[in-house]
Amino acid sequence: MSGVRRHYSLMLLAAVLLLLPLVLPNNFYYDIVIRMAINAIIALGLNLLIGFAGQISLGHAGFIGIGAYASAILPTHFGWHPLLAMAAGAAIASSIAAILARPIFRLKGQYLAMATLGMGIIIAIVIKNEAAYTGGPDGMPVAPIGLMGFEIAGEKQWYWVLAATLLFSFWAAKNLIDSPFGRALRALHGSEVAAQVMGVDIVRYKVAIFVLSAFFASLMGSVTAHYIGFVTPNIADFFHSIELVTMVVIGGMASIYGSLIGAVLLTALPQALSTFEGWETVVFGSILMTCMIFMPKGLVPTLAARFGRNGREDP
Amino acid sequence: MALLEVDNLSKAFGGVKAVQDVSFAVERGLVYSVIGPNGAGKTTLFNLITGIYTPSEGDIRLEGQSIAGIAPHALALKGMARTFQNLQVCMNMTALENVMVGAHLQLDRNLVKAMLRFPGLARRDRELRDEARELMRFVGLESYWNLGASSMPYGALKRLEIARALAAKPQILFLDEPAAGLNSRETAEIDELVRKVADNNVTVVLVEHDMKMVMNISDRILVLDYGKKLTEGTAREVRENPDVIAAYLGSNV
Ligand SMILES: Nc1ncnc2c1ncn2[C@@H]1O[C@H](COP(=O)(O)OP(=O)(O)OP(=O)(O)O)[C@@H](O)[C@H]1O
Ligand SMILES: [Mg+2]
Repeated sequence: MSGVRRHYSLMLLAAVLLLLPLVLPNNFYYDIVIRMAINAIIALGLNLLIGFAGQISLGHAGFIGIGAYASAILPTHFGWHPLLAMAAGAAIASSIAAILARPIFRLKGQYLAMATLGMGIIIAIVIKNEAAYTGGPDGMPVAPIGLMGFEIAGEKQWYWVLAATLLFSFWAAKNLIDSPFGRALRALHGSEVAAQVMGVDIVRYKVAIFVLSAFFASLMGSVTAHYIGFVTPNIADFFHSIELVTMVVIGGMASIYGSLIGAVLLTALPQALSTFEGWETVVFGSILMTCMIFMPKGLVPTLAARFGRNGREDP
Repeated sequence: MALLEVDNLSKAFGGVKAVQDVSFAVERGLVYSVIGPNGAGKTTLFNLITGIYTPSEGDIRLEGQSIAGIAPHALALKGMARTFQNLQVCMNMTALENVMVGAHLQLDRNLVKAMLRFPGLARRDRELRDEARELMRFVGLESYWNLGASSMPYGALKRLEIARALAAKPQILFLDEPAAGLNSRETAEIDELVRKVADNNVTVVLVEHDMKMVMNISDRILVLDYGKKLTEGTAREVRENPDVIAAYLGSNV
């Protein structure tokens, strides 16, 4: 796929993002769309790791928590500029990811799942326990963020910031997948030994993609913190990690737009199901199970195959 | 100096001595075959040379430099490529992308440049696409180029592995049973393909059970039996060696 065709789907996404404000009736809906966008970007990063490189992480919310709390703590307690705090959070999250990744990626399958799970839980515990800085289980307020003297405030402004970030992320992810780096990642998923004999240093690539997805998770953690204006340790907890993995799986592993669809659905469903009063989790769970039974490859790849594209989704 | 030299190479898996004290040398530009009954240690020998396994004992030299114990991805950099007896095609990619992965080391693998699609990188990728397509034509797979690897038949996948290995522009290519499971027509095509590869100045080390192909194509043949070197020589010398005849009759091949 080259030239203009490469960008059809991106242009469609851009058009949707441009037109969406025309139909969003009020801030409640803006809020949902903003959360969808945040989740979509995190899910996209996670999909690069899980879907494309074939490595699992059950601790990604930990990285989101690092970004969120860096943006909460550093400006409040140390007077840092929020942008600097955001960068510091991303640097810390990436460093932790890099240090952990080497030993972790010598492991496989369930060991990897356990190691990332443990890592996420430890980060969540540290956040809860360091109450002097983090406010403990009650959380803490987050200062607003500004760009060049202009403060981002209100759902409408945040919408445009996230729409642009989303579009950029999808463009960058598409580029990555269709590059030598991205092909090496997919190759090691397909066959580690084949990738190795073709010259791919598989541990290095796994570490790199883990660090990249941690970097983006942390950035989006910072964005979430500034957008909501408050953080609690829930942002870093295990259930959040699982929710993100679910978005990737439901939307479709190794499918860029699967991440978007998965994030949109899993963000919207709880809202849509709120009429079920108390039973929403049960209905929610049933929908997820039904999806997985009938579309084990996820929504987007299944539908793409159904509508005949050689069984392979244009990534 | 020979391109590849193997000295007293041994590999044991627990009690199983898969390769025992094997020595041989492969001259540049030859087609060098390794034969032997099932379980003789041929694949293990390939795995040792290409860095998948570390030798228990012995040495391997490429262009005079010891390469024993070096990781496979580092050996790829020295011009080694291989195919696998049990297919190792990336089923999550298209046929063409599989071939493109073969060229991994010739490309700019920078992550940031890739994400921002730097013009140089994008241009090289487009060229590579054409080169990979050309390679698919070379191995007779032009009609599959846009297909997902998972929807290709077995015989085509065997050739796809060869195209992928060639994309690395190797100086030495290891083929582990390229004709296994193929019918006689397909085998003849592989035979022809291996000749074409050799004609392009790639040294070929071949493991193959099809004796007609081996005897016709090989400059020299190494015979393994129970992990040990039985004999080594030209096709004619090997065919007339009584030990070889005994080994093969003994195992009903
Ligand atoms: N990873 C391993 N672990 C344990 N034993 C192994 C391993 N790989 C090979 N072996 C053993 O080593 C011996 C040689 O196996 P190898 O696969 O090298 O034979 P081969 O000559 O390639 O046989 P074939 O013609 O069937 O492919 C066999 O007894 C096999 O069971
Ligand atoms: Mg074998």
